[in-house]
Amino acid sequence: MSDVPNPEELLTNIAPKPPATGWMDTPAEIKKGIACYASNPKSVEYVGLPYPRQWSCFDEDWQLPENWKEIITEGFRERLDRFRSIKVFMDICVRCGACADKCHFFIGSGDPKNMPVLRAELLRSVYRNDFTAVGRIIGSLGKKFKKSIGARELTLDVLKEWWYYLFQCSECRRCSVFCPYGIDTAEITIMGRELLNLIGLNIDWIATPAANCYRTGNHLGIQPHAYKDMMDFFTDDIEDITGVRVEPSMNRKGAEVLFITPSGDVFADPGTFTCAGYMMLFHFLQEKYGFDITWSTYASEGGNFGFFTSHETMKRLNAKMFAEAKRLGVKWILGGECGHMWRVINQYMDTMNGPADFLEVPVSPITGTVFENARSTKMVHITEFTADLIKHNKLDLDPSRNDHLKVTYHDSCNTSRGMGLLEEPRYVIKSVCNNFYEMPANTIREQTFCCGSGSGLNAGENMELRMQGILPRANAVKYVHEKHGVNMLSCICAIDRAALPTGMEYWVPEVDVTGVHELVGNALILPGEGKRTMNLRSEDLPGMEDMEDEDAE
Amino acid sequence: MNINYMYSLIAVIVLFLLAYVGVMLPGGEYLFGLFIPFAAVITFIVGFTYRVVGWARSPVPFCIPTTCGQQKSFPWIKSANFDNPSTTGGVIARMFLEIVFFRSLFRNTKCELKEGDKLSYEWEKWLWAGALAFHWAFFTVLFRHLRFFLEPVPACLQILEKLDGFLQIGLPGLMLSGVVLLAAVTFLFLRRLFVPQVRYISLASDYFPLFLIMGIAFTGILMRYFAKTDIVGIKEFTMGLVTLKPHIPEGVGGLFYVHLFFVSVLLAYFPFSKLMHLGGIFMSPTRNLANNSRVKRHLNPWDYPVETHTYQQYEDEFREKMIEAELPVEKMIEAEPPEETEEPEEKE
Repeated sequence: MSDVPNPEELLTNIAPKPPATGWMDTPAEIKKGIACYASNPKSVEYVGLPYPRQWSCFDEDWQLPENWKEIITEGFRERLDRFRSIKVFMDICVRCGACADKCHFFIGSGDPKNMPVLRAELLRSVYRNDFTAVGRIIGSLGKKFKKSIGARELTLDVLKEWWYYLFQCSECRRCSVFCPYGIDTAEITIMGRELLNLIGLNIDWIATPAANCYRTGNHLGIQPHAYKDMMDFFTDDIEDITGVRVEPSMNRKGAEVLFITPSGDVFADPGTFTCAGYMMLFHFLQEKYGFDITWSTYASEGGNFGFFTSHETMKRLNAKMFAEAKRLGVKWILGGECGHMWRVINQYMDTMNGPADFLEVPVSPITGTVFENARSTKMVHITEFTADLIKHNKLDLDPSRNDHLKVTYHDSCNTSRGMGLLEEPRYVIKSVCNNFYEMPANTIREQTFCCGSGSGLNAGENMELRMQGILPRANAVKYVHEKHGVNMLSCICAIDRAALPTGMEYWVPEVDVTGVHELVGNALILPGEGKRTMNLRSEDLPGMEDMEDEDAE
Repeated sequence: MNINYMYSLIAVIVLFLLAYVGVMLPGGEYLFGLFIPFAAVITFIVGFTYRVVGWARSPVPFCIPTTCGQQKSFPWIKSANFDNPSTTGGVIARMFLEIVFFRSLFRNTKCELKEGDKLSYEWEKWLWAGALAFHWAFFTVLFRHLRFFLEPVPACLQILEKLDGFLQIGLPGLMLSGVVLLAAVTFLFLRRLFVPQVRYISLASDYFPLFLIMGIAFTGILMRYFAKTDIVGIKEFTMGLVTLKPHIPEGVGGLFYVHLFFVSVLLAYFPFSKLMHLGGIFMSPTRNLANNSRVKRHLNPWDYPVETHTYQQYEDEFREKMIEAELPVEKMIEAEPPEETEEPEEKE
C-alpha cells in the first residue's frame, strides 16, 4: 500500500465541491490507484468472450475492434429491448440528487461522477443522443443545445469514461434504497459492463476469477486435490484445537444436502476460520443427529464473477450448482456466507437455471422446519439454517468463549438489499456472543455500506479506490470501537472477509474481521471435545489458559 | 453563469410572449384557444401511452426488487411486509406508500464529514417535504380545475374547494394549493441553483418544467386574485371544449391564453421528458415486484440455453488428481474399461 495516501491525506483529498467545468467538459483522467488492470486475454478467451487481447487502460490506444461503436450501439439497443429496468431507468430520472451522497465511493472521493445519478448519466447521455426523439431533434440544433439536454455522442473519451466509472461502482444498490423511483445503479452498471465486455473491456480481477470458476469450479482456480488438501489441513487444525477429528465428505453421491460456499473460505484468512466453523457445525450435527451433507469440488464456488461480466456468463457459472445437486442426488442445497452469491441465488438462479424439480422443498432434518421461503429454489442460507437450529435449542453453545470479543455486524450489500437477510445472522451472533453492539442506524441493515471492494473491485492495484470506498463503513466501525470498545467486525460475505481486514488495518487497526460461523465454531461444544484453550485462529483464549493451569495444579 | 437554466428561462419567456402577443393577431384566439390545446391533449395522451407501452414491451427477465427490510423467513422473525414485500398485497402497499407519500425519499439523509474525520448522517427532510408539497398541491390545483369542465360542479369538488380555501382570506378566497404550489416549485428551483452537487447535475430539461410550472401557477394566481379574469366566460369556453362545441368568449384577456398555452406546452412536453416519471414509477422493477423469487420461479421470456462446463469435462481434466486425492470419480482410468463409451481424450 506504499502508493496509497495515508488516511489523513485521503480525508483531505476528498473534493468538497464539484469542479468548475461541467461534467461533459471534464474528461475522465484514468488514475493509478483507482483503475484496475485490464483482463488477461487468456481468461477472456477461456470463457469464449469476444475480443481477447493484451491492452492497458493507461495506454492511449485500447486496441479496440474497428467497429466498436456499432457493437456498443447495437448492444445497447438489444438490452433496452430485453430489460425493462434499463429502459425505464434511462427515461425517468429527474436528477433530484437524493442518491448523491449515498454512494460510498462518492463519500470517499468527492468525485461527482461517483454520484449514482451522474454515473447513470454517463450512459443516459448516450442513450438520449442515440435512442430518443428529443435527443435527435434538439441535438440537431447544435452542440450547445445537445449538451443542455444532457445528450452527447459516444466517442472514445466517453467510452473510456464509462469503463473508468463503471469499475468504480460496486453494485451495492444503496442508492436504489433512497431513489424515489427505485432507480438501481447496479442495474445500470451491470448493463454497462455487459456492453464493455462486448468489446473485450473487462478488468482482470473479474475476468480471471470467472475463467477459473468455469474451469476448476472456483474463482481461485483451486484444483480438486488442492481443495481436499485445504480441507484436510483445516481438519488437522480443528483436531489440534478441539481434540475432535471432523470428517467432511467431498463429492459424495447420495448425501441429503449439498453445501456450497465461496472458495475464499477455503483459501484465505480469515475466511478459512469460517470454513472451520462450518466443518465443526456439520460434524456436530452428524454426530448428534445424523446430518448427512457433502461438499463439492466441482461446484466449489458460491460467488459468481459472471455476475460482474454479463448475464450470460453469470448463468453459465451458476449452472454448476443445480447440475452438481442433480448429479449427487441430494435433496436440497445449503449455501455458505457470501454476499453477491446470495443475490444471484435469491434473485436469478431459479429463473436462469431452474426449475430445480429434481430437488425437494428444503426441510431441516434436525428440527423439521420447512424452509418455505426457499420452496422453489431449494437453496437455504446457512444463517437461516443455523438460526433455526439455535431457535430449537439443537446446538450446545458456550458463548463465553467469545467473551473477549466485542462484536459488531456488517450487513453485506447483497444479502440486505437483494434479499433482506437481516435478523437471521444477528440472531446467530447474539446466541454465540455475549457482547454485541450495532453500528449507527444509517450504516446498517438496508442502509448498510459496502466494503468498497464488491463486484470484482477487490484487486490490489486500485487500493486508493478501495480505501475511499470503505471509508463510511470504517468510520461507523470506528464509532462503535471508540464508544463500546468493539474489536471484532463480523460479516457474512467472503469478499468482506477479504476486503475488510485491509480496510480496518488502514482506518481502524484495532478491529479484526470474522465470519459469523467462526464465532459459531468457537462457541460450539463438540461431543467428546477437550477443554478449549485456543480459538479457531489458534490464539489463546483469554481466561481459559489460566483455568487449564489451575486444573493442572 | 448557468447556461442550462438561462436557456430554460429564456424559453419560458419566449413562450409567454408568443401566447400574449400571438392571441392578439387575427385568428390567434382560435390558435391558442382551440387548436393548440387540442393538439397538446392529443400529444399528451398518445405520447404518454406510447411511452408506457414502449416500456411494457420490454420484459422484466429477473425478479430484482430492492429489499429495504427483513425478508419473510421464519414465523418467529418479524418480516417487513411493506419494505420487503413477499406478497402482491405487500407490493401494493409498498407502491402506495411510494407513490402517495414518497416513502423512499422520506429516508433521505445528508452525509457530512465533521471534525475532519467523522461522517455524520442527518435526516434530510426538506427535499421530501418540498417534493411532497409540490406534487400534492399540483394535484389539488389540477383537481380543482375540473370545475371548469363539469356542469354541475360535483359536491366533492365543492368540498375540496372549501378545504383548500379554509383560511378565508381575501375575495376571491385564497386557495392554499396555488400558493403552496408556487412556493414549492420555487423551493425546488432554488435547491437546484444553490446545492452545488444538484446544480452540477441539473440540465436545461430540469429547469424548463420548473419555470413552466412556475409560469402556470403565477398566471393562474394573477388571473384569480389580481386581474380578476371573467370566470363565467372561461367556463363557457372550457365547457365548449368538453362538449366539442368550441366557442371563443369575448374579452377573457391575454393572461388566460398565456396560462392555457403554458399548460398546453407542459402537456405536449410531458411524454418526451423526465416528467414521464409519473408513469415510470409504476413500472420500476425494483419496487413493483415481490421478493419471492426463492418461493416462486420468476420466468424470463427470452431465456436461452448457454454453454456450461459440465462435470464430465471437469472430471476428464482432473480425474487423475482426483483419484490420487481419493475423491470419488464417475469413471476410473483405463484399468477398468468403461462400459458405454470410449474414454475421451485426457487433457493435461
